Amino acid sequence: MEVNDVFEKVKSLFVDELGIDESKISMEAKLEEDLEIDSLGIVEVVMAFEDEFGIEIDDDELADVKTVGEAVNLLHSKI
Amino acid sequence: MTKRRVVVTGLGTINPLGNSVSDTWNRLLKGESGIDYITTFDTSNLPVTFAGEVKNFDGNDYLGKQHARKMDRSSHLSIFATEQALIDSGINLEERLGSNVGIVFGTGIGGIGATEEAVRTYDSRGPSRINPLAITQLMPNSSIGQVAIRFGVEGPSLTITTACAASANAIGEAKNLIERGVVDTVIAGGVESGTTPMTIGAFAQIRALSTQNENPKLACKPFDKERDGFVMAEGSTVLVLEEEQHAIKRNAKIYGYVSGYGSTTDAYHITAPAEGGIGAVRAMEKALLDAEISIQQVDYINTHGTSTPANDLNETKAIKSLFGEYSKNLTLSSTKSMTGHLLGGAGAFEAMVSILSIRDNKIAPTINLNNFDDQCDLNYTPNSSIELNTEIVMSNSFGFGGHNAVLVITKT
Repeated sequence: MEVNDVFEKVKSLFVDELGIDESKISMEAKLEEDLEIDSLGIVEVVMAFEDEFGIEIDDDELADVKTVGEAVNLLHSKI
Repeated sequence: MTKRRVVVTGLGTINPLGNSVSDTWNRLLKGESGIDYITTFDTSNLPVTFAGEVKNFDGNDYLGKQHARKMDRSSHLSIFATEQALIDSGINLEERLGSNVGIVFGTGIGGIGATEEAVRTYDSRGPSRINPLAITQLMPNSSIGQVAIRFGVEGPSLTITTACAASANAIGEAKNLIERGVVDTVIAGGVESGTTPMTIGAFAQIRALSTQNENPKLACKPFDKERDGFVMAEGSTVLVLEEEQHAIKRNAKIYGYVSGYGSTTDAYHITAPAEGGIGAVRAMEKALLDAEISIQQVDYINTHGTSTPANDLNETKAIKSLFGEYSKNLTLSSTKSMTGHLLGGAGAFEAMVSILSIRDNKIAPTINLNNFDDQCDLNYTPNSSIELNTEIVMSNSFGFGGHNAVLVITKT
């Protein structure tokens, strides 16, 4: 799967599952500041990623993930 | 020092009859029922297939999906009713309400829908798939937390869980906060959204619910000989309470006064009322004493009137025991005949009804009251609303656990 395909899947997860406004979602968008995904929301995002991509993500892998792009790259590396 | 008095300056509600105060009140006066078959889940394996559901309301549309999905439906309803009440009171919502405003809510079972959902997920997919928002959705204080965040309420916040007495207790405790000078304004109300599969099933198991599935609108018949249980309902109702001078200074509209509050416990049985309703008698007595009102001054009692055989009989006995001969002169009704039982939201709803009765000098009826029960022989305003000069109203609420909360609402 190409990086752009992962991004598109992440985008549709955010829109359909979390109700985030599509126009706000870009590779540069910050999860907390731009998309209003707080600490509780991050756990939801991880669960959604795990279900969608059939992978497991440890909490410490996420420690440095602050933007959509960083999340997409992490997912891309694990698929 | 003169006593700080508590006035009502704003009302908001969402319930089975309507999504505004005016629609609700008009339908109550027409004697319409808000009860119908359950639409939100499959009831085919349940002994009860009807309830009082809120209609034409989608939390996602109201709050936006990203916010709404973080909350249980009980919080959606609470925010909706609170916004209406604050707008009605003329309080500026552009600014945070701040630390001179408190919030006290009653609820019986909080975010029970979220609890049920989380347990289903745990059973089917294991602990690692439980919604991480489950705890913050299901905790009974979730509604006041969400309302406080939404409107910037920074004063004291309390959630009272005394079952079906909860929001009458909430209004009473809010009154206490204002009288003691803790704050000048309190958002006081209640909420319930327990029309969910396990909860309906569990209430049915204790034979508390009416099983008259063939005609839901006729099932709730308080004080009628054929009554066979209450009808579950959901909704939220909010009253903005204010210290009298605080309201006068800002030229707020004043609906009336929360003048009396009595609260007692049966300490007898977890569901059954004490013989003769003795706990209820004491609560009514204390509420009148608090309001400095004699029994002959009471115009109308909005009864607890759940439509269970035990409640309606014991409440009638309690009223006769306290009011004696004067009980024949009292006008009573049970608006639960039209809304169903809002459980923890019932006390606030019925306090709103009490206030509107005073405003309009009109009493909403007890509908479906056609078969006389010789042990329930007071004037329950059967089937049609009446005009009545109404200055003093008592509102009764009693809850599982043996909790009794009585409010006295007055015009002046």
